[in-house]
Amino acid sequence: MENLLNIFVKSIFIDNMVFAYFLGMCSYLAVSKTVKTSFGLGVAVVFVLAITVPVNYLLENYVLSAGALSWLGEDFASVDLSFLSFIMFIAVIASMVQLVEMIVEKFAPALYSSLGIFLPLIAVNCAILGGSLFMQERAYANIGEATVFGLGSGIGWLLAIVGIAAIREKITYSNVPAPLRGLGITFIATGLMGIAFMSFMGIQL
Amino acid sequence: MNKQGNAYTFIYAAVMVVVVAALLAFVSQALKPRQERNEMVAKKIDILQSINVAASSADAEQKYADIIGEHSYIVDFAGNKVEGVAFDVDLAVELRKPAEDRLYPVYEAHLEGGEKKYVLQLRGAGLWGPIWGYVAVNSDGSTIYGATFGHKGETPGLGAEIEKPVFQEQFVGKQIFDQGTFKSIAVVKGGADAEDKFEVDAVSGGTITSKGLENMLSDFFKGYESFLKNLERASHE
Amino acid sequence: MSNEKEPLFSAKNLKLITGPIGSQNPITTQVLGICSALAVTAKLEPAIVMSISVIAVLVFANLIISLIRNSIPSRIRIIVQLVIVAALVILVDQILKAFAYDVSRQLSVFVGLIITNCIIMGRLEAFALGNKPWPSVLDAVGNGAGYGLILIIVAFFRELFGSGTLTLPGLGELRVIPQVFYDWGYVNNGFMILPPMALIVVGIIIWVQRSRNKELIES
Repeated sequence: MENLLNIFVKSIFIDNMVFAYFLGMCSYLAVSKTVKTSFGLGVAVVFVLAITVPVNYLLENYVLSAGALSWLGEDFASVDLSFLSFIMFIAVIASMVQLVEMIVEKFAPALYSSLGIFLPLIAVNCAILGGSLFMQERAYANIGEATVFGLGSGIGWLLAIVGIAAIREKITYSNVPAPLRGLGITFIATGLMGIAFMSFMGIQL
Repeated sequence: MNKQGNAYTFIYAAVMVVVVAALLAFVSQALKPRQERNEMVAKKIDILQSINVAASSADAEQKYADIIGEHSYIVDFAGNKVEGVAFDVDLAVELRKPAEDRLYPVYEAHLEGGEKKYVLQLRGAGLWGPIWGYVAVNSDGSTIYGATFGHKGETPGLGAEIEKPVFQEQFVGKQIFDQGTFKSIAVVKGGADAEDKFEVDAVSGGTITSKGLENMLSDFFKGYESFLKNLERASHE
Repeated sequence: MSNEKEPLFSAKNLKLITGPIGSQNPITTQVLGICSALAVTAKLEPAIVMSISVIAVLVFANLIISLIRNSIPSRIRIIVQLVIVAALVILVDQILKAFAYDVSRQLSVFVGLIITNCIIMGRLEAFALGNKPWPSVLDAVGNGAGYGLILIIVAFFRELFGSGTLTLPGLGELRVIPQVFYDWGYVNNGFMILPPMALIVVGIIIWVQRSRNKELIES
């Protein structure tokens, strides 16, 4: 239990997808105009990460990695499908994203139109593939840990995007030089937030 | 046929999956022998590099056979030799076991002039993925003769700098033991003392990679500790 | 469909190439492909290699999707696009690993970054799905080049000020800042090679671009 809590806190703050790894930047910068839309996208990312990481964990351990198919019988013990892992992870992610897209379109059409092209683009949000690849790399002991890691990473991303959206809403009242308005100042603000978050780096729990 | 219908969608997806999977499986199977050969040669180049022998893919096999040949073996945590082929040990698998249960490969290099160097193999985690290294130790079991490091996907210009000669050359002459007590080598940020035998400079900007490298060094030197101590004892006799 | 004979490089088609390099730039205007821009711009060489790889993958992906665009069921289009991109990249990676191992060792870092580069998905979704193959190829070349241009500018400044060197493919690392400067007390700005500085440099590029092209200014 303590271990799970550890992974959870670590994946939200210390290994934050946005500030420690700079993953998922495109949608982060493009959809953070208002707190409301960014919260919507953030929830979608949490949802997709919390599902794809454990699903890919099962795939990795029971289908793809060397010897993972041994539960099918002796003959399969030597099969190594790891060359398929990239494409399988991507396929799982893409189908989840497609599902989320259909759900959002049906139940929250306003959010759907404000997210625009960036909803399908969370499929290539590197934070999400990154989540699955980190899971593979760090070799979590069981599916519980993998799920908690996926959930924590998603929440970390959600916090980051809501944070920058709040800053952007405030910035509209400031006198920013015209050419910097909008995207330019967001890049710079994100850079500064990134520098601040670097102080979390290397903390051991 | 209705292109938005369920039947069409299912058939389309099924055909695509079969075509792509078959193509990838075919290519992967057809190219596997060549890839494995390339990986083996690359590993030999790395091992040779740690004893400061430059090799290319053309002459690596020959040089490896001359300098190391059959002089490689596996030791366990207690420093005893165990059965097996050192070159075939997959450290990625060993890394998941506790340090006491791992197999540790040793490549014994016979240099011109009769000197012997012992190449140890290490593996750990960087920022994005695995990092690994080969460290050659003198027969006193403590002084480092040469080191080479590699990585799978560290950030170019930051963590990836660990594979640059500038970084690796720092290790030459450093010590793993301080007067017989295990010490390992620290990777220090912002200017290590060049005179200090137990620290090297970190790569600039690659904090987590440097930390990972330091952990890898102490983790595996610890694993080889008994073996290195045996070496030291033998050198006195 | 109006497919009257149109010259291959008509004004409309040329605009597909020049647009993304200038005012429709994928990074500074469309906000696509930022993650990779942060990861590969600490040195000039990886930035150049990444640009070339992205142009190549983007051209093929755009072409393939455009050729089969009318057969893709819209409900699974994301999966189809991603599977095609990923399969392309993995194929190239496998072939390089077998026949050009040294090249593959350098490129393997980028494999994941290319698959998840949102420029590729973004252009497939926004252009190739609705256009004929030839314009799609041009669009791919234009966007790839516009992306590469920004990458190279950012990498140039980050490496010059961060390490005092410029690394070019084939030439190796060139010391650009003369030793005399260091003797006089000049110090490399280590900050420049940290990822957040890439964001700030891109922010400044946007500032310069929008000062010159007032139409892009957001209200």
